[in-house]
Amino acid sequence: MSLADVLAGIIFVALNGYALLGGADFGGGVWGLLASGPRKQRHRELIAEAIGPVWEANHVWLILAVVLLFTCFPPAFARLGTLLHIPLSLVLIGIVLRGSAFTFWRYGGAEDEELRHWGVTFAIASLITPLLLGTTVGAIAAGAVGDGGRGMGDGFVATYVRPWLNPFTLSVGLFALIAFAFLAAVYLTLEAREQELEDDFRRRALGAGVALFCAAALALLLSRGYAPPMREGLILAAWAVPLHLLTAACAVTALAALWVRRWRLARVAAAAQVSLILWGWAFGQYPYVIPPDLTIADAAAPAATLRLALGAVALGALVLFPSLAYLFRIFKHGQPSSGIPDP
Amino acid sequence: MSDLLAARSQMGVSLAFHIVFAVVGIAMPVMMVVAERRWRVTGQAIYLELAKRWARGTAILFAVGAVSGTVLSFELGLLWPGFMRFAGSIIGMPFSLEGFAFFTEAIFLGVYLYGWDRISPRAHLGAGVAVAASGTASGIFVVLANAWMNAPTGFQLVDGRVVNVDPIAAMASPAAFPQALHMTLAAYAAAGFGVAGIHAFFPLKDPANAFHRRALEIALIVGAPAAVLRPVSGDLSAHHLARDQPVKLAAAEALFTTQHGAPLTIGGWPDPAAGETRFAIEIPYALSLLAFHDPHAEVKGLDTVAPELWPNVRAVHFSFDLMVAVGTYLALVALWAAWLAWRRNDLAHHRGLMRAVVLATPMGFLAVEAGWMVTELGRQPWVIHGVLRTRDAVTPMPGLVVPFVTFTLLYCFLGVIVCWLLYRQILRST
Repeated sequence: MSLADVLAGIIFVALNGYALLGGADFGGGVWGLLASGPRKQRHRELIAEAIGPVWEANHVWLILAVVLLFTCFPPAFARLGTLLHIPLSLVLIGIVLRGSAFTFWRYGGAEDEELRHWGVTFAIASLITPLLLGTTVGAIAAGAVGDGGRGMGDGFVATYVRPWLNPFTLSVGLFALIAFAFLAAVYLTLEAREQELEDDFRRRALGAGVALFCAAALALLLSRGYAPPMREGLILAAWAVPLHLLTAACAVTALAALWVRRWRLARVAAAAQVSLILWGWAFGQYPYVIPPDLTIADAAAPAATLRLALGAVALGALVLFPSLAYLFRIFKHGQPSSGIPDP
Repeated sequence: MSDLLAARSQMGVSLAFHIVFAVVGIAMPVMMVVAERRWRVTGQAIYLELAKRWARGTAILFAVGAVSGTVLSFELGLLWPGFMRFAGSIIGMPFSLEGFAFFTEAIFLGVYLYGWDRISPRAHLGAGVAVAASGTASGIFVVLANAWMNAPTGFQLVDGRVVNVDPIAAMASPAAFPQALHMTLAAYAAAGFGVAGIHAFFPLKDPANAFHRRALEIALIVGAPAAVLRPVSGDLSAHHLARDQPVKLAAAEALFTTQHGAPLTIGGWPDPAAGETRFAIEIPYALSLLAFHDPHAEVKGLDTVAPELWPNVRAVHFSFDLMVAVGTYLALVALWAAWLAWRRNDLAHHRGLMRAVVLATPMGFLAVEAGWMVTELGRQPWVIHGVLRTRDAVTPMPGLVVPFVTFTLLYCFLGVIVCWLLYRQILRST
């Protein structure tokens, strides 16, 4: 394993962190949008309380992945920015609207009726952003972001639109959306302090877990026509079978734990399930950073840069992990957080 | 609108928008921490109220800064893939460090905002200090990356290929220290006077209002020293420009011909075609004196390079004059306030000073925006000074006017909302 492989792995860990934490914040927005019934308002309050102290930190996993990607693999970043310009721009608009709408909603003076609109904006942006993030992942995994967009034909649509806008990438987008919603619902069973809310999110988590399975099946079906390299990588490789079995075991454990109300176990199993799916994607396309032609070795920055980047990561981790542990120990243990009390 | 111009405009709008929030994110936590510390020491509830209000403001502004910063990190690839392909491995390091600093800032801001009744007073104050320190650090890291674009070091070009990459040397570009110092001071001055100006508005009507008096005091303590020191860091920058980026300095000063004993040109109408500046105020020898501390030193003019390598002289010159003018205004107001405070005058009852401080509210931000115009427009047509042209770095994707208009509208919308929210926050405090 080369230094470049190690850094690619670290970038993927950051992406994994973003999916598990930032992704769940998106999922929370989805449940806010879908909230209905007599406890609608309490759902939204619970979601906002759960997200409030941590969403900025959760969001930075993405920034970390991006800056490490362009430091260590500049040609890969340049190509993604060029060929996936449109979906990534839309993702950014979603991120901007989601983050600012959430803050306006929570800090604008919560008693105001008009500020509820921000809650809705937050929720809609939470719905669209994961969908588009998923399509970009689908495009990369399918090998559609190939050498200058060739292989998809010539012209604007063939180069800049079709790679990420097709049934397969949309199915991956749907999968990402449901995965985030699933994670959020599982986490929220733990955040809820009342039996009724626990039950509500238990039902939602179970539903999302089943929907996630269907979305996975759909993506697998569509990959036959749209992403044959991915399909071969994931199904024919020697490591694939144990990985699939392990993923399936996590999925079953998560659902069973939800069924018997073992929330903590459900959280661990759900997070492991989503992580394993992500790593399946990563191993499926190894050694390519962007299949079908750009390998990790080809895209890697000079060794001097990689060594320093590794040093920076090690140093950063020394500050980061204790700080993160502190943040989560304060807010994800014990009573719900209060936010800034009105002076 | 050409794709290149659209891309440059989108990047410009994104930076101009983000920097306002970045500046507040750097300096606002300092004020917040000072207020909390005074509450812990004096026990006066008014300081606690102040710390909480400022924390609320910081929460709103930091969130917008975080998301607009995310946009920028992606835009490097969305708009300038040629630049990233060339420079990513050389200058990615400060961005990565910034990533970690920003991460720390976000974590401890969460702790600070939501942890009032969760952690010990000491830990809470410590979290605030961590926010302030990491905010300043992330600002400095980003400026280091920009400094490299202005004065690239830490690599060699052999047959058009980048070799011998040394990311540490790249971070220590000659522009690094002057730019980082100048920008950090500018951030404290802008945010300090921005906040001071808002709170100075109320003593004009009600000088006895203790809340605004305390707020004004703290904001001035943060903003005024920076405003006074900024001309000094500006002088360092001028030295560096005269040595390493003479074309930028020549454009800023509208100096067309290389000369000994160069005059300082204020205002006027630069005419690049004729190679002269009409209707300007000229102070003899002043430019040589400022740039080299020698009235007879030779200052390089725009004539040292071909006209197609000139930046937009008018834009750079006017931005420079604007920056210097508002910077000087802030420094004078700061000195005036310091003088009055030293003479034990009650600042809040001094109507003249209060009017001057109210007028200063937007000035620091204006100085920051104008200063970045000088830095960025003054480097054109290069994206990496002397190495890579902006036009060779832009994405091949057509139709860039669409994202430009979209993001501009988005930012206009957000800007209006933020102003309205802050306005309501401030109104509620009366």
